[in-house]
Amino acid sequence: MNEFLQFLTEPIALRSLWACAVIGFANGFVSALVVLRRSSLQIGTISCALLPGIALAILLFGFMQLSILIGAVIAGLMVGLGSLFIARSGKADHDTALSILHTTAFALGYIILIRLGLQQKVDDWLFGNIMSMSNTDLWIAWGTGAIAVLAITVLYRPLLICLFDPRAATAMGIPTRAFSYGIFALIILVLVSSLQAVGAFLTLGLMVAPAATMRLLTDRAALMFWGGGLIGCCGSVLAFFLSYPLGWHPGATIIVLQGCIFLTAWLLSPKYGLLRHRS
Amino acid sequence: MVSEHDHICWGGGHHHSGGHTLAVEGLCAAYGKTAVLSDISFSASCGQTMALIGPNGAGKSTLLNLLAGLMQPTAGAMSWNGVPLHSMRHETAFMPQRTEVDWRFPITVRDLVEMGRYPSTGIWRSLRRHDIEIVDKALDTLELTELQHRQIGALSGGQQQRAFLARALAQEAHILLLDEPFTGLDVPGMESLAALLRSLAEEGRLIIASHHDLSTAAQIFDHSLLLNNRAIAFGPTAGVLHEQNLHTAFGKRRLTVTP
Repeated sequence: MNEFLQFLTEPIALRSLWACAVIGFANGFVSALVVLRRSSLQIGTISCALLPGIALAILLFGFMQLSILIGAVIAGLMVGLGSLFIARSGKADHDTALSILHTTAFALGYIILIRLGLQQKVDDWLFGNIMSMSNTDLWIAWGTGAIAVLAITVLYRPLLICLFDPRAATAMGIPTRAFSYGIFALIILVLVSSLQAVGAFLTLGLMVAPAATMRLLTDRAALMFWGGGLIGCCGSVLAFFLSYPLGWHPGATIIVLQGCIFLTAWLLSPKYGLLRHRS
Repeated sequence: MVSEHDHICWGGGHHHSGGHTLAVEGLCAAYGKTAVLSDISFSASCGQTMALIGPNGAGKSTLLNLLAGLMQPTAGAMSWNGVPLHSMRHETAFMPQRTEVDWRFPITVRDLVEMGRYPSTGIWRSLRRHDIEIVDKALDTLELTELQHRQIGALSGGQQQRAFLARALAQEAHILLLDEPFTGLDVPGMESLAALLRSLAEEGRLIIASHHDLSTAAQIFDHSLLLNNRAIAFGPTAGVLHEQNLHTAFGKRRLTVTP
């Protein structure tokens, strides 16, 4: 225990703790968008597709924070929009196109990373390594989180109409398509900023579970955003404290804990819980 | 304060010279290179209930989408009181098909009805007292006041439809566009919705709905547009659903019509 307290006084531990709180909140907040749009699997495929963008950026520019971010965003957009483009052509449905594009992109990214001799790093990109976060990373996470919360809060009313009833929203003159792209961009931004903490594979859990948990506890959309943020934040911080004494991987612990919180709500929620009649 | 938007057509069904008329002229629409609608023209006035009738793929939904501004026509024009229809977004309210709605979405009946105020408030203004009164009145008119804090999935089918109609009332829209509102309703449900639509029309609104059931159309709607990619007949429903017109629209696939 003393050893753990000692560890907490180190700057790297404090930074990781802050990262857990900020990334957990941002992901939890934005997860309401993913759950309300019912697009979890799409987001999952896109998060994996970020890998080749990262790999290419390293290949072209070396280890530079900004170029890695931009590379990831471009890769995510290419797979996301590319699959939409293929689906619109009417020759293959969206799920099919997305599955093929994202596995192709993922495999490509893997090949590039291996060729670059970054085998050890691959694990970090896939599963996260919160201890490797720099101050710049932390600032980027703060920034994207703030942008997401601000944008969603300011545009909340039209956003909710778009999410619930896109056709009526268009009829009311809301630029539904711009909102769709905006939502997509926000999600990718937050995904990328949390890659280092939880990795391309696991990030989906943090991007879905918090709001999905809140959905079981409330019938109010606004509470899914703020409550999701709170669950994401507290869950991640708690996971950080658990992971050290247990010797577990921090990123993986965050995801496992979010899953457990969801399952608990699924079983015990006063309103929708599976066991509510028997208790 | 009476602005032109607050206008109510008292005693709907009367002829208003040049006003309160939806005029559609030479409307064409296509998905990619496939033409779906060609040269659709009709005009309808407030006080009317109007059905869009035709076989599957005839372009009923497309026409509704055009009227709602959800897609752009390749040719033609739509105007309301002589002004381009889509320059006044608050004037048309769209009601989606029941199967398209995510009934688990975490909003209450009141939240849904408040959405109708959006075209008037815009992004920046929050709901004022005036808006709240309009929402209250819409809820009251459709007998939803006691259900206003329920999540929308916890309503019966009829109540769910009334909730969406309340949103249209809160929007103060003159033109109500409904996508297959009678699908999946039992006979009492159908009759009460038909009565409700008629009373909404009598207060000076124009109701336009896509409708697939030929046997009930005459009961519900006073006017009909029969179409199959082009307009085949338009006018009072009984006259439109004439044997020969139906044959043209539906061909040999036509269902038997019970008078």
